[in-house]
Amino acid sequence: MDDLRIIERTTGMNDIKVSARKVQVYYGDNHAIKDVDVDIEDKTVTAFIGPSGCGKSTFLRCINRMNDTIDVARIEGEITLDNENIYDPKVDPVQLRAKVGMVFQKPNPFPKSIYDNIAYGPRIHGLAANKAELDEIVERSLRRGAIWDEVKDRLHAPGTGLSGGQQQRLCIARAVATEPEVLLMDEPCSALDPIATAQVEELIDELRQNYSVVIVTHSMQQAARVSQKTAFFHLGNLVEYGETGQIFTNPSDPRTESYITGRIG
Amino acid sequence: MTDATSPTPSASVPKKKGSLLVADERTKKRNTAEKRFQAYGIIAIGIGLLFLIVLLGSIIRNGIPAFTQAYITVPIELVEEKLDPNGNRDPADLRKVSTFGYAPLIQEGVLRAVQDAGIETELSSPGDMKALYSASAPAIVRSMVLDNPELIGTTIEVRLLGASRVDGYLKGRVTRESIARDKKIDAAHLDIVDQMVELGMAKRVFNWAFITGADASESRPEQAGIGVAMVGSFFMMLVVLALALPIGVAASIYLEEFAPQNWLTDLIEVNISNLAAVPSIVFGILGLAVFIQFAGLPQSAPLVGGLVLTLMTLPTVIISTRASLKAVPPSIREAALGVGASKMQTVFHHVLPLAAPGILTGTIIGLAQALGETAPLLLIGMVGFIATNYPDGIAAGFLSPNSAMPAQIYEWSKRADPAYYERAWGGIIVLLLFLMTMNIIAIILRRRFERRW
Ligand SMILES: Nc1ncnc2c1ncn2[C@@H]1O[C@H](COP(=O)(O)OP(=O)(O)OP(=O)(O)O)[C@@H](O)[C@H]1O
Ligand SMILES: [Mg+2]
Repeated sequence: MDDLRIIERTTGMNDIKVSARKVQVYYGDNHAIKDVDVDIEDKTVTAFIGPSGCGKSTFLRCINRMNDTIDVARIEGEITLDNENIYDPKVDPVQLRAKVGMVFQKPNPFPKSIYDNIAYGPRIHGLAANKAELDEIVERSLRRGAIWDEVKDRLHAPGTGLSGGQQQRLCIARAVATEPEVLLMDEPCSALDPIATAQVEELIDELRQNYSVVIVTHSMQQAARVSQKTAFFHLGNLVEYGETGQIFTNPSDPRTESYITGRIG
Repeated sequence: MTDATSPTPSASVPKKKGSLLVADERTKKRNTAEKRFQAYGIIAIGIGLLFLIVLLGSIIRNGIPAFTQAYITVPIELVEEKLDPNGNRDPADLRKVSTFGYAPLIQEGVLRAVQDAGIETELSSPGDMKALYSASAPAIVRSMVLDNPELIGTTIEVRLLGASRVDGYLKGRVTRESIARDKKIDAAHLDIVDQMVELGMAKRVFNWAFITGADASESRPEQAGIGVAMVGSFFMMLVVLALALPIGVAASIYLEEFAPQNWLTDLIEVNISNLAAVPSIVFGILGLAVFIQFAGLPQSAPLVGGLVLTLMTLPTVIISTRASLKAVPPSIREAALGVGASKMQTVFHHVLPLAAPGILTGTIIGLAQALGETAPLLLIGMVGFIATNYPDGIAAGFLSPNSAMPAQIYEWSKRADPAYYERAWGGIIVLLLFLMTMNIIAIILRRRFERRW
């Protein structure tokens, strides 16, 4: 298969951070993810694209075991993080989620102050020894979330009082505050205006220095702009995975081509 | 643009709609339907309000008289030879004189007061005066004397509780026609009362004793109060609060947040809903069988009443707690889990604070229900028990026999004397004030916790 060749070609440039083998997800009888194999690299932005309902979010949520919270969801296959199977019975999903952070499609700040929103993760993971350190983490995270300047004067105002775009950046700042190794972002920009989108994309590019970022997006342009690798999902299958440039200029699967040229989706 | 000028007139071109200034048939129909529905709603609210006004009006009209009470103030000579023949004020000796020793003194005192005041009456024997004041008078005077033996030999002004007929006469409940066949009082007595009122000897004053006092026997409604039953209700509510809130909240959190979805939890869920619909008297029988007959807890005790009411309240607390947990948006849970919080941290740091107002409201509504519940108390013997004293101490408050406000009201409403009927209504006012206070607390707590950002 062509896509396998592409995977082989691109691996080796960076270490593999997350690796999935024969992943199946069932929601009751609904087979939502079929036989997905993928290697996600460290210090790389990987974009998941595909038509609505094809299973992008579902697969993303497998990587930090968020699907565990859905009673009907059943996962088969193997996903490893740094060569450790995250579905091993010995793995505590709580510990995993401290390493694999997530930003959700809809901004979901806690109904607490901006400061507490950011400080919550570091607090429960004991990342700060004292108040000064915590203050520092909060400031650093808000700066990385490209929202510091807007909120520095009202850190104790409610986080839910921000605009939708500000809330989303707050959520991104919250996710990076716990220093995850992998950051999963499910359509993080769908509620943002072009300016905020540009800021978030800039941020994603920065995060790439330290993290492996996986982003689900419906915007081809966004995928092309921010990602190095792109995976195209269709009806629960991973159809094609490879270098972003290659997927967008020279897709090997006809389905990928029709999707990016706007014929399906 | 009209169809005529349209370059390609075809069947799919929509017909031109009429003027916006004239409502079309469909719009008119919809508008009248809406108006009709609003009218139904207003009528429904009107009927509800009417019932409420009638209900509250009759409660207040019937119950307010219970809050005043007729008193007769007369000088009573505490004759030393009768009360302390030895003259040494020895408490043991003083105690030997029973209320029968005091009764004649009071009768004579009242008769003398009537004569001294120049009240015209054909009644001349001291025994005739008994109809004017409460049968509790000798006991009250006796305890005054035992408390303060110095009074013996002096003449003191005593405020005697008016007899229930006299009380009723001052309130208009008893009339000269209604006593025609009453053996307890004659028109002659009422003549005395009329003149006493003129002279200021008989007065209707606010009846604190009704709010603070204990129940009295059938024949002395003027002495009966709801205070001790209130204490009984209070201790029961403590038990209910201390048990139903933690058990209910813990059970709901477990069921809602932790329990796997399977047939067992479904079964539990269905049964909790069913329990909420079980008639309260069934809980009473259960309490009788389990707490009193099997566990051997004392009868008529607020502890048992509280346990029974806890059983009854639990489903309400669980259902409302689960509803308020469910109402917390799942995105908050995802957010917390997403930053690596454990399930328990998620629940206690984020979900519970958001659900707190709902939980508190549900609990207070459950408590209010329990406060007004009578039927289960019938079965565990908290009705009909005449508690003449306040419980001494906290333990006795839980364990010694008592009644509860609604049970007391029920008990009074069964008694023959119309004076008790009046007290039953008065008791309802007190109970309603309690319920209203609880509901106001619920609203305040809700407002306070509802800082939903
Ligand atoms: N909680 C759930 N319970 C049952 N089925 C689900 C659940 N979540 C998703 N599914 C199903 O799984 C399939 C994939 O859904 P998923 O949310 O992963 O799609 P998606 O690619 O993220 O779509 P979108 O771009 O619209 O977000 C869909 O058929 C959906 O109906
Ligand atoms: Mg999705």
